[in-house]
Order: sequence, then C-alpha cells, then structure tokens
Amino acid sequence: MYRLSTLIILCAGLALSACTDRFGGAVPADGVAGSNADPSSPAYFQQSVGDRVLFAVDESTLNAAARATLTEQAKWLQANQMFTAVIEGHADEQGTREYNLALGARRASAAREFLISQGVASSRLRVLTYGKERPLEVCSTEVCYSNNRRAVTVLATGVGA
Amino acid sequence: MTTRLLLALAACLLGIAPISAVAQNGPLRIEITEGVIEPLPIAIAPFLTEGAAQSLADDITAVIKADLEGSGLFRAISPNSFISPITSFDSPVQYADWKAINAQGLVTGAVSVTGDRITVKFRLFDVFSEAALGDGLQFSGSGDSWRRLAHKVADQVYSRITGEGGYFDSRVVFVSETGPKDARDKRLAVMDYDGANVAYLTGAGTLVLAPRISRDGGQVLFTSYDSGFPRITILDTGTLQTRALENQPDSMTFSPRFSPNGSTVLFSLSQGGNTDLYSMPVSGGASTRLTQAPSIETAPSYSPDGGQIVFESDRSGSQQLYIMPANGGEARRISFGPGRYGSPVWSPRGDLIAFTKQNQGRFHIGVMRTDGSEERLLTASFLDEGPTWAPNGRVVMFTRETAGAGGAPALYSVDITGRNLKPVPTPGAASDPAWSPLLD
Repeated sequence: MYRLSTLIILCAGLALSACTDRFGGAVPADGVAGSNADPSSPAYFQQSVGDRVLFAVDESTLNAAARATLTEQAKWLQANQMFTAVIEGHADEQGTREYNLALGARRASAAREFLISQGVASSRLRVLTYGKERPLEVCSTEVCYSNNRRAVTVLATGVGA
Repeated sequence: MTTRLLLALAACLLGIAPISAVAQNGPLRIEITEGVIEPLPIAIAPFLTEGAAQSLADDITAVIKADLEGSGLFRAISPNSFISPITSFDSPVQYADWKAINAQGLVTGAVSVTGDRITVKFRLFDVFSEAALGDGLQFSGSGDSWRRLAHKVADQVYSRITGEGGYFDSRVVFVSETGPKDARDKRLAVMDYDGANVAYLTGAGTLVLAPRISRDGGQVLFTSYDSGFPRITILDTGTLQTRALENQPDSMTFSPRFSPNGSTVLFSLSQGGNTDLYSMPVSGGASTRLTQAPSIETAPSYSPDGGQIVFESDRSGSQQLYIMPANGGEARRISFGPGRYGSPVWSPRGDLIAFTKQNQGRFHIGVMRTDGSEERLLTASFLDEGPTWAPNGRVVMFTRETAGAGGAPALYSVDITGRNLKPVPTPGAASDPAWSPLLD
C-alpha cells in the first residue's frame, strides 16, 4: 500500500513538474540544466525525483506525499554532493502579503528540516520565501491554489548555501 | 500688507502667511465622524490672476475643487450659476448673491507670479453667517510647486470647515506592477496623494514589496529581493541611493515600519521557519528581538507616541491583532470577531487601528478602537489589504486586487465612515500604498 501510494505520488509529481521553471511555471524543456536521461542532472531531479511538495490551506505540515518526495530528494542530494539547494516557500493569494511571507518561510523550513533529518548537510540547504508573489498557476480557485501552496527545491552548484 | 507679506516669505520655499488679522468662526461646519451623506454645497470662485497666466489660475482652481469634491464632503456649485462673479480679491462679498444659490461656503482667491515664485492667496467665507471663516492666507513656492500650493489652500478649507487636519498636500509611495500574474515586475514609485507627479524610485526588473515612507519623506523602507532573498532596504528619496539593512546570517527580513521619530525600524525577521518582531536603528547597528514565540509575528506598527506596537500573530491558532509595549513584553489581543485579522496600522491620531480582515472567503478593510471595540468594516471584495492612513486619520488607502488570471491590483481610498470608496489613479497596476504625513 505504501509503495503504491508512493508510486502514484511520484507519477503525479512527474506530471506536474515536466517542463517547469524555477518557480514551477511552464517554460521550454531546456529551462533546467542537463537531460532527464542523466540521473545526476538538475533536469532529472526536477522532473523525475520531483522538486516540490504541496501544502494544505494555511498549513506547513508535510503530508505523506510530501515526505515521500522529500525522501527521494534527500537521496538524490546525498548522491550528488556538488549541488546545494535553495528551498522556496510559496503561498496562495488568499492571505495578506506579510503573513504569506512568513507562511512561505515556514513551509520552506519544514521541507529543509525534513531533508536534514534524512542526512543532507544543513550547510547545503537555504530557505527563501516568496509568499504569494510568485504563483505557479494564476486562476483564483482551489484548483490553482492547491498547486501554489508549495515548497520548491531549486538546485545550485558551487555556491555555499 | 502685500509688501510685508512678500518680505516675510522671501526665504521660504513654500511660504505661508495671514492676509487679514480678523478671525471669525461661524456655524459652517462638517462633523466627519457622523458620516456625511449629503456633500456640503460650496462656491469656489475661479481664482483671479494678478499678473499670473490665466491658465495657471484655472489649473489651481481645478486642483482645489478636485481635492474638496474628492473628499466626498463638498459639492462645488457650477460657476455658471454664480450671480455676482468675484472680480477683485479685496471686494466686499455680496452674501445675498451666494445665499441665493445655496452656497454654504465661498472660497475666493488670486494667483500672482514674481520671477520664479508663485503666490496663491485665498479667503473662506461662511455665507449664512456672513463672515470670514478664519484669516485670509497666502502660500508661495517655486513655479513647479503650483499643485502643492493648491493642495495647501484646499487643506485649509477642509480643515476650517471640518475641524480636522487636512490631507491633500501629501504623497504616496507605492509599488508599480507590470507583467503577468506569475512573474510580476514590481518597482517603487511615489506620487502626490491624488495620483499626480508619478516618479519611479527603483529600476524595472525587480521584486520589491510594501514600502513605508519616513515622516519627512526623505527615506523609504521596503523589502527588496535584489540579493535573491527578501531583505529590508532603505532608500534616500533625494539621491535614490539604497542600502540594505544589516542582516543576521540565514535570515530573511520584511514588513518594515518607521518609528514615529524616524530613528528606529521595526520589522519581521524569519529564521528557521519562525518569524518574530525585531527593532534596530535606521542608521544601522544591533537589532533587538521583541517577541520570542514559535508562532508568526509580523506586520508591526507603532502608536503615534512610539510607546506601543500593534502587530499580528497566529499564536492563538489564527491570525489576530495584538498590542504590546514598544520594547516587547506581554501582549494583549484586541481582535475577537469572526475571521482572521492582519496588517494592522495605528492611526496617526492614535484613536483607531486599521486592519485587513479575511472572513468567509472575502477580504475587508476595517477599523477598530485600540481596545478592539467598535469594529467597523469599511470595504468588502475578493481581495482588499494593506491599509495606510491619510495624515489626518480620517481616510485610508489600500490595495484592491481582482480575481483570476487577468486579476490586477489597484489603489483605493475610503473614509473611516465607510463612505466615499473610490479608486486612486495610477499609471498602471499598483499595490502597497504608504501615505506620507502632511508635507511641510
């Protein structure tokens, strides 16, 4: 059962994250370095591992799907030590600007803490909040909001986190 | 008299001087707090020219009329219905002719030019008391300050009739937005309160949030993403030079607010996922932590005397408003109605807190007394947020954003009675207004 749900989540993550930019928006497939065929490439991390987790309204708790994705992210980061990451926390537009900045920071930090718990060195992970400033989808209904409440792990190389 | 006035004003950028020494108070009066339903009819006589271009006098009259009518408290009677047009600033007023057209008040004025300096003088009359309401006054300034001179006249008229301070000679710093909703370009801009004289303070291609303007208008605090992370930055409005405030490692700072004397910045600092309130000198130096809680503490605002701070926190489980001493310490909750409360701002008069409220899928701008009583919602829409007070504490401006993919923010203002809701003109989409105090 657990394996099955993980598989479903990974597939869902794959569908969501194909061809996305650093905020998770649609861009040409070359928006991230490397080929999805190369398991050590950022493209593979983004599209096959899954670079984001989603949150419930006004929540920063990681659900089972989020923990599964982050577990895979941690494995990948451990196998690809040249990468550091900035974890971007986002909120949907149903909140005030300042509160959403704080909420995005909470979400990004929840993802970071989980990655650290899986063995990733804290020095490789930094958090960033965008609040509601960079929605992934622009409609004003829950269909979009549910994808905007997210923490996205953005890879970088050669820069101290 | 004129010579004496000019001498007194010679050294001033924007001079101010009385014209007559006789002050009389009549019953011409509007009580704003009672909620003005019917605007007061007044006659604004086209300002005369005493050597100035007629177009300048007409422009000044138009700004005064727009200010007063825009307040929602006045209705300017068409000059076409005037029985006895004003032909000389010093001629006696024929009160019967103004009573006949039901003008409650009469504003007369004249504009003169000496070199590069414009002088605008005016008088206000209470028609039914047949008396001047306050002294005649004149203001002078450089040629490009004519709008400010007009605003100052309108502020005087507003103030004498309402008993409240004016708010027209003021500026608003805001965020100018362009681009699609998922990649908004945001830059700082400043304009007169009525949307005139827009100037940009930061370049394009940036993300900046929630500016605040200092009491003297010389500095703007805002949140900048220039470093890749949200960080409080201070801008000199004269030189446009910016400086990021000192930061603790691995932290993000946002939601800044000046102390009333302008020397301290109050802000939110987020570290390890936890957001608390801090203060530090605007000039730089060590920060002081004011709250220590695992909850979100943000959107702080000082009381006018600098002694207290109103802020929002979700320590109770949802966003609510709290007041604590300016140096931290025990906070008392002041919001208890249904829904969530955020972005509180203390009125410059000290009597009210303006806030954003979210309830049942709608956003509201509201006001409450500082003990949380007499909550009054002024607006309702898909998304209203971020109130800022007019200098006189009687009007708030805020951001209203429309829904959907094509949704965009705009600036609106509304009286504290909930009346006179109207858009504030901006060149394009705009958000996060911060209203300056009255200019000197």
